[in-house]
Amino acid sequence: MSTKKAVKQTGRKKAATSAKVRAPVRKKPGSPISVTDEIDFMTRAWMMELEAVERYSTLADAMEEHNNPEVTELFRKLSRIEQLHADQILEEHLSKRPPVLPPGGIRWDAGEEGPETADPGELHYRMQPYHALQIALACEQRACQFFTKIARSAKNTAVRKAAREMAAEEAEHVQLVEDWLKRTPKPDPDWDHDPDPPVQSD
Amino acid sequence: MSTASVAAAPITAAAFKSAYKPIWCPGCGDYSVLSSITKAFAMLDLRPENVAVVSGIGCSSRIPAYTTCYGFHGVHGRALAAGTGLKVARPDLTVLVAGGDGDGYSIGGNHFLHACRRNVDLTYIVMDNHVYGMTKGQPSPTTEPDWESKLSPGGTGLRTFHPLVVALASGANFIARTFAGDPNGTAQIIADAIRTPGFSFVEILSPCVTLRPEQRGWKEQAHPASVATTSDPAKAARYLMTDDGFNIGVLYKGNRKPYQPPMGKGTKRVADLEAEFSI
Ligand SMILES: Cc1ncc(C[n+]2csc(CCOP(=O)(O)OP(=O)(O)O)c2C)c(N)n1
Ligand code: SF4
Repeated sequence: MSTKKAVKQTGRKKAATSAKVRAPVRKKPGSPISVTDEIDFMTRAWMMELEAVERYSTLADAMEEHNNPEVTELFRKLSRIEQLHADQILEEHLSKRPPVLPPGGIRWDAGEEGPETADPGELHYRMQPYHALQIALACEQRACQFFTKIARSAKNTAVRKAAREMAAEEAEHVQLVEDWLKRTPKPDPDWDHDPDPPVQSD
Repeated sequence: MSTASVAAAPITAAAFKSAYKPIWCPGCGDYSVLSSITKAFAMLDLRPENVAVVSGIGCSSRIPAYTTCYGFHGVHGRALAAGTGLKVARPDLTVLVAGGDGDGYSIGGNHFLHACRRNVDLTYIVMDNHVYGMTKGQPSPTTEPDWESKLSPGGTGLRTFHPLVVALASGANFIARTFAGDPNGTAQIIADAIRTPGFSFVEILSPCVTLRPEQRGWKEQAHPASVATTSDPAKAARYLMTDDGFNIGVLYKGNRKPYQPPMGKGTKRVADLEAEFSI
């Protein structure tokens, strides 16, 4: 759908946003969590990665249904990367007693999701890989900030150390996505122009 | 090997997701609602074969097909009628009725009132995007009076419908509002709604990013309600009447006894039922 068209359609009530995929701006980098010990902390970290895996996979499905194969593939790849990270956490820190993901997902503060979970509201059916990578970059940055905050504030020494390691890993991921973005073509200015838009036409 | 020692693996949300991939627009809030519903079912340790998801017509009403539960994609505005009939006939099932604001508050508005009043033990979810999504953007009863579009030049100028106030006045036993952008919080509230006996109404702010792209901004507007859940309808009424439309939480939880008529003795054959309806 053309953004111009959408804005025209929505008229006075267009408020603060447009149909454009924006550089994701989501809220705080996850709520501070109170963890009892290192195992508890790593369990949270593992669940956080799994939430990200599931979300990327849902986004990939949505793009696949809308015949956007490039972005589909990218979201699938991101989902696989997060799964590898989750598996690594499980193997290195939780192998003795593998935890079970709570069926209702992890409860963050009201209105929040895990810091590494992509915001589905940022999607657009004509988005390009560059936009998808911007979403991924914001996720990695939030995760990095989140672990850095815990590394500074946790009372337990082992938790602080584990959080420092996680923050360093996430910082590496930020770098990886930034490099990936540099190699990815920037979208044309009218990337969202659809000659046959889904909104009511003249 | 003794089977007594083998604990059943807990059911996961994935067990409630069907193989059909949603065709909603990328970014549509309904994706998150689907995720919340399946999480809520898993939290309650339900089984797909014991749950029925009943809907009307609209983008949001496509939801039964995306679950592995029994599903009924019904007639526009009549989801509650079908859901009520099903629950009364099969009280053993968990019945979740779902749809949009057009389906539930326009054409289905009358059913909404009486479903609240009857207080049958089911949960009703409205994915409210303040517009008719499926039919390309006609204003709904919750559309702001000054929302302009080609179909409503200058806006409708009409006062919006307040579903939560109407639900309270009509007798719903559980009233909540959630935001699709918080799927885990929404899952908790849906689970609470299902657990609470009687008619539970959950209004979910679910952005339509295609026809109302400005609703992407809802994530900055939604906020936790400043009051705790009350069982006092007068208190709830005062709070809801001054509501800004973005208060999130369980806003009323009463203790009315659900309506369940006595069951007939035997099960009739389909042929007997048909004979009853023949003219
Ligand atoms: C009896 C009848 N009248 C009208 C329609 C056309 N119709 C289909 S969906 C719809 C509105 C859907 O809006 P809403 O319930 O808000 O759901 P959304 O698509 O926004 O999720 C209408 C008017 C219909 N299918 N049947
Ligand atoms: S038109 Fe709106 S409500 Fe329908 S699928 Fe698209 S975003 Fe969702």
